Amino acid sequence: MAEKVLMKGNEAIAEAAIKAGCLHYFGYPITPQTEIAAYMAKRMPKIGGVFLQAESEIAAINMVYGVASTGHRVMTSSSSPGVSLKGEGLSYLAGSDLPALIVNVQRGGPGLGGIQPSQSDYFQATRGGGHGDYHMIVLAPASVQEMADLTVKGFELADQYRMTSMILADGTMGQMMEPVSLEFDIKPQPAKPWATTGTNMEREHNIINSLSLVPEELEQLNFARYDRYKVIEENETMYEEYKMEDAEICIAAFGIAARVSKNAINEARKKGIKVGLIRPITLWPFPKAPFEKAAKTVKQFISVELSMGQMIEDVKLATACQAPVTLCNRVGGMIPSPDMVLAAIEEAAKNGGAN
Amino acid sequence: MVVFDKPHALIDVPLHYCPGCTHGIVHRLVAEVIDELGIEGKTVGIAPVGCSVMAYNYFNCDMIEAAHGRAPAVATGVKRAEPDKVVFTYQGDGDLASIGMAETVHSAARNENITIIFINNAIYGMTGGQMAPTSLPGQVTQTSPYGRDVKLCGFPIKVCEMLSQVDGAEYLERVAVNNVKNVKNAKKAIKKAFQNQIDGKGFSLVEVISSCPTNWGLTPQNALKWIDERMIPYYPLGVYKDRSAQKEDAE
Repeated sequence: MAEKVLMKGNEAIAEAAIKAGCLHYFGYPITPQTEIAAYMAKRMPKIGGVFLQAESEIAAINMVYGVASTGHRVMTSSSSPGVSLKGEGLSYLAGSDLPALIVNVQRGGPGLGGIQPSQSDYFQATRGGGHGDYHMIVLAPASVQEMADLTVKGFELADQYRMTSMILADGTMGQMMEPVSLEFDIKPQPAKPWATTGTNMEREHNIINSLSLVPEELEQLNFARYDRYKVIEENETMYEEYKMEDAEICIAAFGIAARVSKNAINEARKKGIKVGLIRPITLWPFPKAPFEKAAKTVKQFISVELSMGQMIEDVKLATACQAPVTLCNRVGGMIPSPDMVLAAIEEAAKNGGAN
Repeated sequence: MVVFDKPHALIDVPLHYCPGCTHGIVHRLVAEVIDELGIEGKTVGIAPVGCSVMAYNYFNCDMIEAAHGRAPAVATGVKRAEPDKVVFTYQGDGDLASIGMAETVHSAARNENITIIFINNAIYGMTGGQMAPTSLPGQVTQTSPYGRDVKLCGFPIKVCEMLSQVDGAEYLERVAVNNVKNVKNAKKAIKKAFQNQIDGKGFSLVEVISSCPTNWGLTPQNALKWIDERMIPYYPLGVYKDRSAQKEDAE
C-alpha cells in the first residue's frame, strides 16, 4: 500500500503531472485553480522544468502549442473564463493533432460569474470548446485521488491518440483536501517522429499545421480524426456504477455531484428505494453503454448537475428517452445537498419510479 | 563554377506571392542566413497567419503554423522546451502589431531568446487589402476607403520605436528591401538577429519595410518607390536598440 499524503486537489494534479513526466507548465492566475501554478512555480525550477506565467490565457495555450510541437509533455490549467480564452488554442491543437493536458477547475458563469464550484462548462468541454469539428478526451475526477490518477491517464491518452485531454474538475475538487497516493505506474512515452525539433539534416522537414485549403483534403483529415475518435469511444470510456444491480431509479452525476448523490442514495436505500448511480468518468467519450443497458430496466433517470442541465442531454441521447430523465440541480456556485437529491429520488419513487 | 544558387534552406518550389511582392526577397535572405550559419538542421520556424501563412512549405527546416498573432508565444514554448534549437518567427504587421501585440511585447519583455522577422507592408495582404496597424495616415485601403483618418482609427504603430522602450529587448533594427543597398543591409540585420540567438543574447527583431503592389494598387516599380517616398519617412530605417553594442560602448 503506497503511502498517502494529505493534499489539495489542485496540488495533486500538479504533482501527478510532474510524475507523469510533464516538465513544462504555462498558466495565468485565476481562482480557484491558482494552487496548480503556485505548485509548479515552486517545483519546476528545482527539477529542471519550465514554469512560465504567461501574459494571458491565450499566450499560455499557445506556449503549450509550441512545446507540444516539440513532443514534450506539457500542460496548462485555468478556470472557466480563462478556458474560454484558450478556446482558440484548443481548436488549433486539435487541428494540428497535438497532445497536451488542459485543466479546467470550473467556477460559476457565465461571464466573470463567481469563484465557487460549478459544472457549467460541460458543453464547452465535451463539444470541444473552440471552432470546428473536434473533441477532447474529457476526464471528470470525483476525488483528490482521481485528480491525480486522471492527470496521469490524461497525458497517456493524449500521447496515444495525439489529441488534447482535459481534466474537467470543479472548485470543490480543486480546493478540498484528501489523502492521496502519488505513486503511479507510468508507461513509457511513445515515440513522436512528427515532432518539430530540427531535421538534423537527416530527414524531410516536419510541419505542424492546421491549415488545409483543399476542401477534399480537409474533409479527409476530419474523417480520419473521427475514425480515431471512434477507437477512443470503443476503448477508453470510463465510468463507475454504484448500486445499479437492482436499481429502478438511476442517478447520473459526475464530480462533486456524484459524491453528494452517493450519500443521498445510501439514505434512500435505507427507506427501501431501489436507486443507483452511473458516474461518467470520461465525459467525452460519454459512457453510453451503461445508460443503454440501464434504460431497459430503470423507470426514471435523474441527472444531478451543478449546471442548468447540460449532461442531461447526453443522458437523454444515451437512453433514447426510454424512461423520463429529470434534472436535480443548483448553479452559480451552489452545490445540491444530499437532502435535495434525496427529495428528488423520493419524488421519482412516488411517481411510480420504484419501490 | 556556381556563382549564384538557391539557398538549401529554401525549398525549390514556386512561391504563391504576387508579382513584385518582397516576401520572396525576405524569404531568400532568411534562408541564406540559415545556410551561412549552418543551422538548418536545428532551426524551427514559426509561420504566421497572413500572406506568409504558407511559409512552412518554403523553408526546409522544421516548421510550425501558429494561430494569428501567437507566433511569439509558440516560439516561446519551442525555445523553452528545446533551448539548443534556433527558433524564428516570420510575421506580418497585422499578425505582430495588431492581434498579436501582447505576445510581441511580452516576449520582448521576457527577452525570449528568439528571432523575429517582421514584415511591415502597411496592409493586410492575404484578406485583400484592409487597413493595418501600420497603415499610414491618409492611406486608402479597403477598410479605410476615404484614407486612414487618424481621428477615427488612430495612428500607425511604430514597432521598433515602441519595443526600444522595453528593457528586455536585445536588438531591434528596421530595414527595407526596395533596392540593392537596402537588401544588403537587411541581410546583415537578419544575420545579426540569428547570431544573437546563437550567442544567447536574446530577443532580436528585424522589421522589414516591404511592398504590396497588389493591395497598394501600384506597379511593382512604383511600389518600391512608394517605400522610399512614403514608408521610410514615416518608418525611418536604422538600429533602434542593440544592447550588446551599447554595453561595449559603455565599456
